[in-house]
Amino acid sequence: MSKLSKEELANIATLARLGLSEDELNRLGGQVGSILEFVEQLQKIDASGVKQTSQVTGLVDVWREDEVVRCELSREELLKNAPATEKGYIKVKRVLQ
Amino acid sequence: MSDLSYLSIDQAHDLLVQKKITAVELTQYHLERIRQLDEVLELTLEICESSALAQAEKVDAKIAAGEAIGLLEGIPYTAKDMFLTAGIKTTAASKILEKFEPPFSATVIKKLDQAGAILIAKVNHDEFAHGTTTENSAYRVTRNPWDTNRAPGGSSGGSAAAVAADVGIFSIGTDTGGSIRQPAAFCGVTGLKPTYGLVSRYGVVAMASSLDTIGPVTRSAQDAAIVLAAIAGRDVADSTTIQIDDYDFVKGNDSLAGKTVGVIKQYIDGLDDDNRQVFDAAVARMKEAGAKVREIDMPNISYSLPCYYIVVPSEISSNLSRYDGIRFGYSDETATDLQQTYLRSRGKGFGPEAKRRIMTGTYALSAGYYDAYYKKAMQVRTLIIEDFRRALDEVDFLVGPTSPTPAVKLGENAEDPVAMYLLDIMTVAINLAGVPSVSVPAGFVDNLPVGMQIIGRQGDDGDVLRAARAFQQVTDWHAKRPQL
Repeated sequence: MSKLSKEELANIATLARLGLSEDELNRLGGQVGSILEFVEQLQKIDASGVKQTSQVTGLVDVWREDEVVRCELSREELLKNAPATEKGYIKVKRVLQ
Repeated sequence: MSDLSYLSIDQAHDLLVQKKITAVELTQYHLERIRQLDEVLELTLEICESSALAQAEKVDAKIAAGEAIGLLEGIPYTAKDMFLTAGIKTTAASKILEKFEPPFSATVIKKLDQAGAILIAKVNHDEFAHGTTTENSAYRVTRNPWDTNRAPGGSSGGSAAAVAADVGIFSIGTDTGGSIRQPAAFCGVTGLKPTYGLVSRYGVVAMASSLDTIGPVTRSAQDAAIVLAAIAGRDVADSTTIQIDDYDFVKGNDSLAGKTVGVIKQYIDGLDDDNRQVFDAAVARMKEAGAKVREIDMPNISYSLPCYYIVVPSEISSNLSRYDGIRFGYSDETATDLQQTYLRSRGKGFGPEAKRRIMTGTYALSAGYYDAYYKKAMQVRTLIIEDFRRALDEVDFLVGPTSPTPAVKLGENAEDPVAMYLLDIMTVAINLAGVPSVSVPAGFVDNLPVGMQIIGRQGDDGDVLRAARAFQQVTDWHAKRPQL
């Protein structure tokens, strides 16, 4: 399971929207492979029927009062870090060809 | 003027109240420390000189007007660059946030601000807190003040090195798998990973959300208690914050007499002779202070590192998906469509370790592998939690070394991610279980500091800190200073 082909790696990179160079793909193959090999120790444990833990607080359904909370920041302040804006909106590149 | 070096929070507070020093003088002293040491230790990512001095002047005006001041008022501190600071650049030590100036501050920063503490600098760490040596920072290689050829630990390496070098009286860090405790151990200072959910994470750059915690790096357990009291508490902006019974971390009975302390067998079995001897000597001091010590077997703890390295990259791959080159952060200008914007911005913006973790996590969560990796890890996590529950039913505290070795040499694990991960082998289980743990200085191996963790039950952060204070009353390792 831990040996990753270059095609598999390229597919994962696409799923993660991560543009990688040829050189990076080659290096990552070995490194991700060694990480996966390391974590595969877990397969030795029989954990069938054990419940899964996804969080440890025990909190369930945390609500706040259903009321309007005004944002203290202006539109300009909120958009200040956006790479491209137009007329107070965030601008994106073409989605479809 | 009084000697301003290596002051505790209580000492600095007394000097301010007695008007022997001013907050401006104290702030100037720490800014001067940055000027003296930053080139050698490579600590800071951003220095906040003008805002710090302006805040200090306000504190001085209050004192001059005869008003009472709180314990943290006028106390200079540094923060890991994972905490959003309004109007002050916040990079997460990543190129993808190189120019990011947040419009708001993290709850923790706001609380410290309200308490009157003075932020003097944002300090270095591993990019997005991914690492154990701070070498994964996209900007600088921070040095260990005890030996500048060695790493300060990580990921909160800048925080621990700064506190050890008397740059700021305390620092604020994040701990997902040891990132406060392990650098604290490597730099000979005190580092607290609180109970999961005790401190709000609103406005803190997310790493692995089911594990991330925020805590102080200090020169004593007493200082850690003072800082924790200022930052703990429920936050409507972070729905994972919890309510506990006792928020009084500063007062209480500091005695170890009659307490039972369990030494985690699996951790001491992982030590070589030199490290074992030093650790045993530290435990002997607890016995002398009246603690009853026994060994505790926690068989599933051996699986905590592989479990952690499934949960963590999985959650990272999900959390880092927000860096899309569209709303904030680096955006590649050569892209001609949306898909290219994603691929190129993320491909150029993230460093090698972030990429490794995104790839590993995306793989572990992908169709066909989810059950074998993520689901299995969540089940093993339950087994590890049960080990802690059983152990902490039998004893008041658990102890173990913070790291199998003292600080490693810079460059030692550069191309081997798994070797780098192994530096966290004794800290990650505590995050998986969500319990509090404080690392305290516990001796020296080859003239380098090592740490011991004191671990308690969920929500018993006050007891853990009281035990650490009791330990520091009978030891003086926390008072040792590096030669700089």
